[in-house]
Amino acid sequence: MREREDEWTDLMRSAISGDDAAYHRLLKAVTPVLRAAARRGLARAGQPVDQSEDIVQDILLAVHLKRQTWDANAPFAPWLFAIARNKLIDALRRRGKRIFVNIDDFAETLPGETPEPTASPGEVTARLQALPARQRDVLQSIAVDSTSIKDTAAKFAMTEGAVRVALHRGLASLTAKLRDR
Amino acid sequence: MDTDQLIRTLTADNAYRARPIGLALMLALLAAAPISLLIFFAELGVRPDVMTAMHNPFFDLKFAVTLALAASAIAVSLHLARPEASLRGFGWWLLIPAGILVAAISGEMMMPQRTPMMTRLIGKNSMACMSAIPAMSLPLLIGAFYGLRQGAPARPAVAGAVAGLLSAGLAATVYASHCTDDSPLFVATWYTLATAIVASVGALMGKRALRY
Repeated sequence: MREREDEWTDLMRSAISGDDAAYHRLLKAVTPVLRAAARRGLARAGQPVDQSEDIVQDILLAVHLKRQTWDANAPFAPWLFAIARNKLIDALRRRGKRIFVNIDDFAETLPGETPEPTASPGEVTARLQALPARQRDVLQSIAVDSTSIKDTAAKFAMTEGAVRVALHRGLASLTAKLRDR
Repeated sequence: MDTDQLIRTLTADNAYRARPIGLALMLALLAAAPISLLIFFAELGVRPDVMTAMHNPFFDLKFAVTLALAASAIAVSLHLARPEASLRGFGWWLLIPAGILVAAISGEMMMPQRTPMMTRLIGKNSMACMSAIPAMSLPLLIGAFYGLRQGAPARPAVAGAVAGLLSAGLAATVYASHCTDDSPLFVATWYTLATAIVASVGALMGKRALRY
């Protein structure tokens, strides 16, 4: 487990210095761990575990948007688990459950324990539909149609810079919506 | 959007770089400072005898206390903006201004005084102090929140309270140049009360505004 966390730290360092492939690998690697922990948290609160994917997506969004708060000299896992814990508590609170979430829920997840996503997550998708048209189109093009930034720019007759701005703003407001509730 | 699609989208946004929180906080405070200074010069202004007051060590000590408060609260604010951070091991920074204040009070106690203790404590400007420090803090507090929203504090109310200390420290530094009460007893009473008001407002605001 130690090794796994060291690998995450290295991947995050590479990601921040501009290595997109490392970032992709890191997010892929942490997702099953987050999923297992989200399920455990839901189960303990007596909630259906098939909502876990919404929580996983909220955590991933927060990880992405708060990357600048990670200290590159510190290990990555405690930072990740702190965000995950915050988002899990938040999700349970929105479902009207107050529960103590143990940080070990995250740290103790075994690498072998990698459940597949169950129900298709609805919250982020619903928030995506509520975005301004331009941001929604850009996000949909990149996320769903897996078009590159360059091709997306060509498709909507935008500059690449404008696509990048719309992409980031869109992602940022996927969580901003959450806070208002 | 399924999770793989979300991950792909986040990866596409990897090139985006947010401002470091320290820089965001500094810029936001710099933007808010003129409003606080405007309130100060429109309503109060520097005391007329400032040149002679500067030779009074107790006048200078007010700035040591308020600047120590601002500096330590800025350091703690930046620390608390990290999701895995807590006050533990960092909270003692906030005791530095209190320590200076205690030292100043003991210093004053050891010197012969013309006015009795209670007179020095109550002073002449207590009401001005209690209204000016919160009023001048408010623009700075809003600025600080604007910068700190880049962060991800585990306890938003605590982070908000420390942001309150930060803005009260800065506002009190400017206010101290107006106030003719230089006794550390006055500072310990009224500055502390005013700071506590701002910190409470910060905690209440932070609870919502600093959540991530």
